[in-house]
Amino acid sequence: MRKVAIVGVGMTKFGEHWEMGFRDLILEAGVDALADANMQGNEIDGLFGGTMASGKMVGQEHIGALLADYMGLTPVASTRVEAACASGGLALRIGVMAIASGMHNRVIVGGVEKMTDVSADEATVALGGAGDQEWELFQGATFPALYALMARRHMVEFGTKEEHFASVAVKNHANAAKNKFAQYQKEITIQEVMESRPVASPLKILDCSPLSDGAAALVLVPLEDARKYNDTPIEILASTQASGSLALQSRRTHTALYATKIAAEKAYQMAKLQPKDIDVCEVHDCFTSAEVMAIEDLGFFPKGKGGFASFDGETALNSKISINTSGGLKGCGHPVGATGVKQAVEIAWQLRGQAGKRQVTGAEIGMTHNVGGSGATCVTHIMKRAD
Amino acid sequence: MKAGIPSSWRRMKERYLLVGVHCDTCGHDFFPLRKICPLCRRKGKLVEKRFKGTGEIYSFTTVYTPPTGFDLRAPYTLALVQLDEGPKVLGMLEDIKPENVEIGARVEQIYRKWLEEGEGGLIHYGFAFRVV
Repeated sequence: MRKVAIVGVGMTKFGEHWEMGFRDLILEAGVDALADANMQGNEIDGLFGGTMASGKMVGQEHIGALLADYMGLTPVASTRVEAACASGGLALRIGVMAIASGMHNRVIVGGVEKMTDVSADEATVALGGAGDQEWELFQGATFPALYALMARRHMVEFGTKEEHFASVAVKNHANAAKNKFAQYQKEITIQEVMESRPVASPLKILDCSPLSDGAAALVLVPLEDARKYNDTPIEILASTQASGSLALQSRRTHTALYATKIAAEKAYQMAKLQPKDIDVCEVHDCFTSAEVMAIEDLGFFPKGKGGFASFDGETALNSKISINTSGGLKGCGHPVGATGVKQAVEIAWQLRGQAGKRQVTGAEIGMTHNVGGSGATCVTHIMKRAD
Repeated sequence: MKAGIPSSWRRMKERYLLVGVHCDTCGHDFFPLRKICPLCRRKGKLVEKRFKGTGEIYSFTTVYTPPTGFDLRAPYTLALVQLDEGPKVLGMLEDIKPENVEIGARVEQIYRKWLEEGEGGLIHYGFAFRVV
């Protein structure tokens, strides 16, 4: 199997884009990624687009065909990938497999979500489809409620406090304020998080990632061709995936996501690395408590210590391990299908030394962690700057 | 949210009677119903089992931002209940103030309305729980 490299990246600002529709968002990101790769559109032989809920949000299915058409890439082979909030990360994994297998040579991976054309209520129902629609959403369990149930167990089993969760939001906003693509440009305080409106106890509005519009894109080629397109190609060392029970009630534990542990273990094995080798990691902080679980599940901190470590600043920019330098889902925004791709864009910038004020000094190895639903899908990638 | 009559009719046994399955091969119980054992797959011999509906609160959350259809009920409390037989089930926790909910409290199953599909639409009923 061939090694795969990222040679082009692009993303739109994440936020409320009243003037841009679904098609406009992915076009902007795609064009930026191709320009970054010094590649012409007609060189692309495959397109993989991740989006979770286009049907409910904009009434549109058959996204593969739409992306190719609107980007002027028809008749390229174009595929929609869906795994709830892991749609973007999974689109990347499918793109990696397409190149590694030898069946494709120049692929564009995109992720996009347009969430503000519908009301917040309707968006909440659409997002509820990431969980078990029949047994969770149908009883009034919103997506925040599912993570809240896990957060409470983390508090019960490990003594984690709401302030610990809040510190994650504070850090991610601080990072986002250094990221011109981030939805939120303002720092916040622990007190502001603690006093924010409750959503699903113990989670409050500032513990929750927002509804956002946005898109991100990557160009992938075999590593051996990479320098034709970009001087600082990023080599993908591992691309892994695991599934977990759809419904929370079917899980064995509620303070960890087994899908994350399994995908991460496979990734470290594939890359022949350990958690301590990772310099910078984008994790799936759909809620502050999700980041606390993630940094434990990925092996960066011992089980139960994620809250304390976050509160003590061990995941801040240029601390023990820089987590979510983009601002994460909380600070940068979470256009669902775009997030997994954006995570890779951020890591690529970090490894190229192009992350500006949020640069992790000497970043050599980066990782992305993208989760679907309350943990039913996890996709992880490990990458480094190519030699 | 809509579900339609056929899909609701299919779920009646589970929603009203808390009927799940017991796998004779591995000895585990599952709720809701499964057509194949998650552990044994085709080797699993599944038998329907009605759960007693008694258990304890394993986790809970009070929802303040409801999805469409639950607007009038908010805030409401959902509990992950650990049934005495082993499986966990998510259900509405009724007749209790959020500040009085405790992990480990004993609960029993009751019947409540789940969701009304708009004016003139289907009304769904099913299990819920209350503290004993």
